[in-house]
Order: sequence, then structure tokens, then C-alpha cells
Amino acid sequence: MTLTISDWLALFLHFSADSLLAVGGAISAAPEMHRFLVQEHHWLDDATFANSITVAQAAPGPNVLFVAVMGLNVGLVASGGLHSGWQSLGYALLAAFVCMMGMLLPSGVLTLVITNWAHKNRELTAVKAFKAGVAPIVVGLLVSTGYVLNSHNNHWSHDWPLWLVALISTLLVWKTKIHLLWLLASGAALGALGLLQA
Amino acid sequence: MTLKHARGPSCVWDLFWSFTLLGLQGFGGVLTIVQRELVEKKQWFTPEEFIEDWSVAQVLPGPNVINLGLMFGSRHFGLAGAIAATTGLMLIPSIGVLTIALLYGSISDNPIAQSALKGMNAVVAGMVLATGLKLIPALKKNPMGFALSLCLVLLTLVSVNVFKMPLAYVLLGIGGLSTLWAARQLKRITTPTTLQSAASFDASAKVSKQDASTP
Repeated sequence: MTLTISDWLALFLHFSADSLLAVGGAISAAPEMHRFLVQEHHWLDDATFANSITVAQAAPGPNVLFVAVMGLNVGLVASGGLHSGWQSLGYALLAAFVCMMGMLLPSGVLTLVITNWAHKNRELTAVKAFKAGVAPIVVGLLVSTGYVLNSHNNHWSHDWPLWLVALISTLLVWKTKIHLLWLLASGAALGALGLLQA
Repeated sequence: MTLKHARGPSCVWDLFWSFTLLGLQGFGGVLTIVQRELVEKKQWFTPEEFIEDWSVAQVLPGPNVINLGLMFGSRHFGLAGAIAATTGLMLIPSIGVLTIALLYGSISDNPIAQSALKGMNAVVAGMVLATGLKLIPALKKNPMGFALSLCLVLLTLVSVNVFKMPLAYVLLGIGGLSTLWAARQLKRITTPTTLQSAASFDASAKVSKQDASTP
């Protein structure tokens, strides 16, 4: 199975649409990506889809890079995988690039246009009011996200060590200047040693 | 548009490398690192500027940290700055993530990697929460007043976590109403002292030409 020109175009256009839908972060468009890549086109199976998000989370970098991993996997699946030769790698990298560009260009252009306008009109009451009005909501959303990220661990008797880790991490980041990589490494080590399962 | 800031990246390369380092340190999201490095260490943002820019980055569609990079880069060095900040955030990290994806495609099948990831996710949850808590004092300069701002923070928390309200409703509903209220408060401001505090809340005002000319 290879991708036709119209498939490439569909891939690019789909991620361009996701780009404009993704308010609050790229991950909020993940259900739509799943519908398109897995259910509609069968370019990825469920496991590979979920895996793409997990791998991107485990590696350093902005979360949006999971889109590049999805593209890479679409390219790998379509070209028969790495064992079928080097052109498969090129194919996979091209697909990663096409998906990333789709994801970044529309929202990027929109962001630049709007923020340049807002900067030129920064003395307008509407612009000032918007920035002031949304600021508390955004702080609230950050605190919520911190909670939501851990809230799927909802079996208290079983998951309390994860909550303890989150609490300690909150206090250390809030009150000390400890380097964040130490915290992440400690969390990963505790998890890998199996100490976070009660 | 090239603007001088008392503190800021010295050139496009400085911007590129700084954002590359941010990208490489960001596991499970770059936001906490950005707050640590650019607000606390380098002081390229004041906390108030950071909340404002982060608000805009969050409200506009697209990846938040990329939006923040675009805004910050373009404010300092125009389009070249926007491109430098975003490629910095993504270029080297994407080489890393794609290599890992090619080598260890099936990380979800590995129970040890899975538990390590769980531990990391718990740490990340705490990091994001702490970043929110750290930004609360910056709301003191909000023209709506600190008390009302805190109520809005709580209202957002309850809407998202208790009532499971979708993000768009929260931003449009609560955000819309509070923007109207902020507009009303800004129009009522008449005394010079309150005017000053309102002006200092406006991030962009700080990066004006007047600031650049003062030693």
C-alpha cells in the first residue's frame, strides 16, 4: 500500500484543519486525528496511534511532536516498514514533515497576524480588557491541567503513591529552585523500580 | 518590528539556542521550563507579561508553546525571530523523538517503560499545577482586582474539574464575561495611580520605545 498524491494532500489538509481546531493545545485535536487516521483511512491501528502519543511524551520536546510521530508511522506502514529498505525511511520522514507542516502553518500564520494586530492596537480598551479578563481563567486552567493529568489515576487505594509524587513535585517546583530534570528523572526511576504501585 | 527590551535575547541565534534548550528540557510539556528559564532566570518576561502572553497563546488555536514562541520571537526580531524560536523549540527535539520512535516503536508494550512514564506523568502534573500557583501573585495587578481574579481562578477550576466543562465553553463563557467586566473597570479608571497600575499590567507597554531610551 502506498500513498497517492491525493492521500498526501488529504493528510496535509487534515492536519491543517486540526491545527485550527486545536484550542488549548495540539492534544485536544487527538480524537479528530484518531477518527481520520484510524477509523476512516486505516493508515494506523489503535495501538500504533496510542503509541505515537506515548513515545512523544516520553521524549523531550513540545507535546505537538506526537503529530510528527504519527506521520512517521503512517509513512512506515504505507511503505512496508524499515525492513523493506531505505526508501521507507525517506517516505516516513516525508510523511512526518507533511503532517507537522499541516499542524503548524495555519495556526502559526493566524497567531502572527492576530498578535501583530493586537500589539499595534495595544492601547485599545478591548485588547487590554481581553488580556486582563482571560488571565485568571488561564491560571485556573493551568491548575486544572495539573489535576486532570493525574485524575485518571482514580483508584485511591492503589494510586496514592502517584498522587504523593504529584504533590511533592508541586511543592518542590513551587517553593524551591531544584532543576526540573532531577524531578522528572526521580519520577521515572521510582516508576521503573515499581515503587509507585501500592 | 524590532524592539529593544531591557532584558531579552541579544540576537536571533541567542533566541534559537535558548528555545532549543527549552525544548530539550521539556518532557510532557515545555510550559514549566519556559516559566522557570524565561521568567525566573533570564527575566525576558515579567510574571505579568508571561500570563498575558500565555493567555493569548492558549486562546488561539495551535500548540500553546509554539504560539508563545511565535509571539515572543516576532516581538523581538520580526518574522525571523518567530521562525528562530519555533524551529529552536522543535528542530533538535524532533530529531530525538523520531529516532526514539524508530528504535523503540513499541514503548507501550514494555511494562517498565510504562511505569517509568507513569511516574514522570505524576511529576509533570505537579509541575504544571505549581506553575499555575506561581502565577497567582501576578494577578494582583489585574484591573479587575485581586479578589475577583481569585474567584475567577476558582470558578475555572470548578467548571473544568467538577462540571467537566469543555475548554471552549470555559474560555468563551467565563473568559467572555470577565473580559467585559475588565473593559468596564478599565473605562472607570480615572485616578493617575490606578492608571499607572493598569499600564504596568499591559505587557506590550513595557517593550515600548520610551523604555528602550531610558538607561
